[in-house]
Amino acid sequence: MEFAFYLAAAVAVVSTLRVVTSINPVHALLYLIVSLIAVAMVFFALGAPFAGVLEIIVYAGAIMVLFVFVVMMLNLGQAAVEQENSWLNPKMWIGPSILVGIMLVMMIVALFASPVEGTITGELIDAKGVGVALFGPYVLMVELASMLLLGALVTAYHLGRDDTLRPARDMNESRQHLTRDHRGTRQ
Amino acid sequence: MSWLTPTVVETLIAVAQAIVILLGAVIAGALLSFVERRVLAIWQDRYGPNRVGPFGSLQLVADMLKMFFKEDWIPVFADKKIFTLAPAIAMASLLLSFMIIPITPNWGVADMNVGLLFFFAMAGINVYAVLFAGYASANKYALLGALRASAQTLSYEVFMGLSLMGVVAMAGTFNMRDIVTAQADMWNIIPQFFGFCTFLVAGIAVTHRAPFDQPEAEQELSDGYHIEYSGMKWGMFFVGEYVGVVLISALIATLFFGGWTGPLLPPIVWFLLKTGFFVAFFVLLRAALPRPRYDRVMGFGWKFCLPLTLINLLVTGAVILITSPATS
Repeated sequence: MEFAFYLAAAVAVVSTLRVVTSINPVHALLYLIVSLIAVAMVFFALGAPFAGVLEIIVYAGAIMVLFVFVVMMLNLGQAAVEQENSWLNPKMWIGPSILVGIMLVMMIVALFASPVEGTITGELIDAKGVGVALFGPYVLMVELASMLLLGALVTAYHLGRDDTLRPARDMNESRQHLTRDHRGTRQ
Repeated sequence: MSWLTPTVVETLIAVAQAIVILLGAVIAGALLSFVERRVLAIWQDRYGPNRVGPFGSLQLVADMLKMFFKEDWIPVFADKKIFTLAPAIAMASLLLSFMIIPITPNWGVADMNVGLLFFFAMAGINVYAVLFAGYASANKYALLGALRASAQTLSYEVFMGLSLMGVVAMAGTFNMRDIVTAQADMWNIIPQFFGFCTFLVAGIAVTHRAPFDQPEAEQELSDGYHIEYSGMKWGMFFVGEYVGVVLISALIATLFFGGWTGPLLPPIVWFLLKTGFFVAFFVLLRAALPRPRYDRVMGFGWKFCLPLTLINLLVTGAVILITSPATS
């Protein structure tokens, strides 16, 4: 499975590079989807099919759909492509490339300097193993993540609340508030 | 014949099986387009296509010839790469899902630990077909159809996954073969009746079949996301929809009706009978039900089906906890 791992990893790296360099937002998202599927393949090759399938279901199948959805709704068109094109000139690349390059060198040095603590054997980890780990040693993380998700849910509910259901007086106030805000930002 | 080791023979048999299942799925999907028109016609007291060949059985050949020789036109304003990619995703993602379905004790392509989840993954990928088709067509009707389709599919996929978790919890595995053998005493339809109902609804919605075909509503969107497609590209969307119907029927038969198990008849016959029954049910639904309003469809999914699946899952979990022997 080592060959599959390197192939999938190469696909992931190349497609992620194309995400950054694509000038069309939908094409960039398409490459990001390919990259996520390639990462799922990496999980498969390492013997974690459960994690791999979840990667496709959650990231490629749900989150990226919402990204594509929003980009479609925005209807960016040719203007966005031209703007992106102007941003992608070589001068813009120098600063970020140097910073990222330093970090890459640091990581490579750290990886080769530290002793190897056990290797991945490609042993199959099934759903039951993942569940036992999650609700055993990592139960605190699961609880914290669920609280975070609850907070996100409450926020989404608040943002998506239907204003027409509130009393009229209340709505007028909020509208005045809104216009004042707008004026404030414009000045 | 030194190279003909048992491993090679096994591999060859497995490859042959996979090809037969793939072709079977495509042919079943294509034939279904004819069968549906014919059966719908009988139920609506008319003839349907009965001119080509005996009883119209060669109608499919005529349709295919027409589709192949039609001009395969890509609109000049379309995003060409994505426009071409979309029908391929539509067809491939559904065909790949047939991989996990165990047809008989010895037949089936992949016997994976994560079987059922693989289907969810492919159903998730399938959304992009509609989404990309709608975007790349650069057409308002196509875009609106794609927006509807993706919102609908996302909403219904949420509880499609949850509706099957009861089945998974009872079998204790995602492996389709083990789920079938776990139903030896009682088919899942009885303990998981609500799971069955919600999965059926979600399955219809995810394949955008009537009465959940608002994305293609011809009176408002004049065909929705595949309005700009012609020739074989359109044909792939068309056949893909029927492949989806066969896939959902096969899944229902496997997950809730004991798959290949049954008395007297050989396993393959039982599997085909059960699948065929649900395919016919899909066709009958299309004949019988009107198309509801789009917001009603979304409301029904989120406000009725999602709570129902959650309660079903909770009750199933409680029952399993109570009945199973305590292990430390």
